[in-house]
Amino acid sequence: MTGYILKRLLSAIPVILGITVIVFIIMSLIPGDPATAILGSYATPENVEKLNRDLGLDRSSIEQYFIWLGNMLQGDFGRSYSLNRPVLDEVLERFGATLILAGTALVLCSLLGVAAGVVSAARQYGLADKAITFVVLIGISIPSFFLGMMMILVFAVTLRWLPVSGMYAIYGGGDLPDLIRHLIMPATALAVVATGVIARLSRSAMLEVLRQDFIRTARAKGVTENRVIWAHALKAAMVSIIPVIGVQAGFVLSGAVYIETVFQWPGVGRMLVTAILTRDILLVQGGVVVVAACYVLFNLAVDVAQSVLDPRVKT
Amino acid sequence: MTVAEAPVPPAPPRGAAAGAFLKLFARNRLAAAGGILLAVVVLIAIAAPILPLQDPYAQDTSQKFLRPFAEGHLLGTDHLGRDILSRLIWGTQLSLVVGLVASVGAAFFGSVIGIVSGFYGGRVDNLLMRGIDMLMAFPYILLALAIVAALGPGLVNALIAVALVNIPFFARNIRGVTVTLAHKEFVDAARLAGMSNLRIMVSEILPNVLPVIVIAMSTTVGWMILETAGLSFLGLGSQPPVADLGSMLGEGRNALITDPHASIIPGLMIFVIVMSVNLLGDGVRDALDPRLRSGALTRPMARTIVDRDHVPEPPAEPGLLDVQELRTEFRIGSRTLKAVNDVTLTVKPGECLGLIGESGSGKSVTALSIMGLVASPPGVIAAGAVRYSGDEIVGARFSQLRDLRGDRISYIFQDPLSTLHPLYSIGDQIVEAIRSHHDVARAEARQRALELLEAVRIPNAKNRLDDYPHELSGGMRQRVGIAMALVNDPDLIIADEPTTALDVTVQAQILSLLDDLRRERSVAILFITHDFGIIAQLCDRVAVMYAGRIVETGRTPDVLSDPAHPYTRRLIACVPELGEGQRELHAIPGLPPAVDDLPPGCAFATRCDKARDVCRQGEITLDPFTGDRAVRCLFPETETGRVA
Repeated sequence: MTGYILKRLLSAIPVILGITVIVFIIMSLIPGDPATAILGSYATPENVEKLNRDLGLDRSSIEQYFIWLGNMLQGDFGRSYSLNRPVLDEVLERFGATLILAGTALVLCSLLGVAAGVVSAARQYGLADKAITFVVLIGISIPSFFLGMMMILVFAVTLRWLPVSGMYAIYGGGDLPDLIRHLIMPATALAVVATGVIARLSRSAMLEVLRQDFIRTARAKGVTENRVIWAHALKAAMVSIIPVIGVQAGFVLSGAVYIETVFQWPGVGRMLVTAILTRDILLVQGGVVVVAACYVLFNLAVDVAQSVLDPRVKT
Repeated sequence: MTVAEAPVPPAPPRGAAAGAFLKLFARNRLAAAGGILLAVVVLIAIAAPILPLQDPYAQDTSQKFLRPFAEGHLLGTDHLGRDILSRLIWGTQLSLVVGLVASVGAAFFGSVIGIVSGFYGGRVDNLLMRGIDMLMAFPYILLALAIVAALGPGLVNALIAVALVNIPFFARNIRGVTVTLAHKEFVDAARLAGMSNLRIMVSEILPNVLPVIVIAMSTTVGWMILETAGLSFLGLGSQPPVADLGSMLGEGRNALITDPHASIIPGLMIFVIVMSVNLLGDGVRDALDPRLRSGALTRPMARTIVDRDHVPEPPAEPGLLDVQELRTEFRIGSRTLKAVNDVTLTVKPGECLGLIGESGSGKSVTALSIMGLVASPPGVIAAGAVRYSGDEIVGARFSQLRDLRGDRISYIFQDPLSTLHPLYSIGDQIVEAIRSHHDVARAEARQRALELLEAVRIPNAKNRLDDYPHELSGGMRQRVGIAMALVNDPDLIIADEPTTALDVTVQAQILSLLDDLRRERSVAILFITHDFGIIAQLCDRVAVMYAGRIVETGRTPDVLSDPAHPYTRRLIACVPELGEGQRELHAIPGLPPAVDDLPPGCAFATRCDKARDVCRQGEITLDPFTGDRAVRCLFPETETGRVA
């Protein structure tokens, strides 16, 4: 197992390098003089020249890439001009908030989605199945940012059950119950679409498995129907559900950009949007590389989880 | 497996495929509703220039945030006093166009990459696909944000970003299809005809992948509309005063609490568009999915459905197991296949009864009906009864049935690779069989499992307990299956062709193991097979099945030495005997009849060389003769038969 994890870790290195190459290529698409783009059109010529030198923009593209990569490996992602602090510090701080939000949403959508799919399959064409199918259809069609706004209207403005936005109350907040109160709406809004997708897939994966011979064997043994569904069938279905949860993690992370904007959650998504609007290119670049690299590592963890579940996977 | 054994109806002619597709699509009312909804939205968006709408840019700050149904403004006005209805329709048009263009762009570039990659293969393929993999390593929105950051906010740039991000999806799918096409005969023929690679790709490959491209587009266009709207919502797409649905929603958000209608209206519109596209897409996918079309994607329930008029009277002398007048049907659509028709059997304690017949004769369905394990739907027990020690179990409560399953009556199935759970160790699976019926500690159950693995002669059993099924050989797996069946000391084992999937030497070992075990433990066996050789070796009595009915029963030596039914005689002639290499093996000409369309009279008449006209009319009964034998034939082969 350790060997397998090491092997997968090694295989992640070229992928992460590829990500840096792609980000580098995209950033070289910036029209005109990058230094001006970074510093804004009112920058003084001295500042432009200094930044050009700092970024190594007077050298060839390949040299520039390796300088940039070398700097990143040493933890130097440059300075954000709009915030006037190191990019990495800002990104890591914001990323923590995003992880809390996206992680909660991912747990929510995995649990609810799989449970809904299993119930739906076990009662195929029954009332529960029809109800779940209908709710899922609505769920995967509603834009998360719109859903978030409607939740604010209903639960924060009208019913006054939950705070409108933010991560902590400005006065007297900061403890865990406060965080949870602020987390409920954005995490739910973020989880809805992924829950629907996972529920759909879990349902068809379960239907596929329930027709297998080993389910008949379990029933012939006299195993209780609850165990047949929730242990025998679900375990086998998880083999095809887990990769989907891995893919949905990417969508949840993406959806966080909208949800953080709607709920003014101080995460990396809102940071990126603000950075784009203020043309803080170094902050965008650093944020994208860090988050994408973490996403690669997450997918690796999904693969490892898969190999733990399924002994037939060659480790 | 049980369903597959029922005769398969002939495939419909090819021309009917398109008709079936449309029929299924029309039957899906949700998809039709989605289609109509989408058509209405698209028509209104197209008609925007000729509709009597107000100027979407005309500001009037004295009229800002009018509520819906205000005079002159059906849907009210926004923060600058602009007419929301007009902005909504123009915004819908813009959102649809942008989403569609992004979709076409992604489809075009993705398909080019996919076709080139799949057609050339080798290093070109490797290089392009590694690049695509890299793009897919990003959470998609990060990539889109990076592109917008580089190009600057704006609707066109947002469109480019969304299109680029979706290229990998198309490239992957189209490559997959192209790879399979690239080695087809017609492509080779085009090469030999001296066509250039470019021409082959355009004139031979492209027309064949076009349907895939269209389907991929139909599943992604709703998504792309949503994504461009999302970027506009964030302020990175369309810039004021032009507004698509996303930027309308984004602008409305600033006054969400005081004037929610400015947000709700564009939000609902996005929702309606995305949902109608989803409904339509689901309908297309369902209609194209052949598994769904045949209705095969239903899961079997915990027990077979029972739908019978009356319960037969209990027999005068009940055996261990009495199957009475059993009829099991498969109800598929409007058709009813009578897989088992009026079967009566008795197994006495400690006895081995063989049930023999060809594939599709109904012998496995009979075996599975006993414990309600016929896949249902489509299986239905339509008549008859099954009694264990005199107690009726077809109509019993499920808990009562479950108590019997695996405890008093257990099964051994045909293919142990597919019948054992692939993700549980064999030890756990045996332990579970014990603990489902007996309240014993895990360690004790494990000890019992170990003893049984030794009893079925698995070498080094202690180390095998934690193995998974895929780590064992076929013969070892079947020994595990037998151990699992024996673990609760059952009174009856139903063995459904347990050796058919094994090779001959292993088969012999398993059979002698079963024979030893049944004598040691005095357990009764109902043995299902198509091989008279096995019957001869193992069974005290035999019942021969044909087309869902029993055609002959009797003690094994009697039937073997003096078969009464012509079918039995032919089956016995199929068995090769050692040392008789010269003997000719007689395959039976023809096929068993389809059980939904049985001819009147004897079902075997069409394949029987003795059949006369009387064989093809009326009901032919299973009549007893000498001793405990019975035969369903008007002209039995034996002298002693049919003492009419």
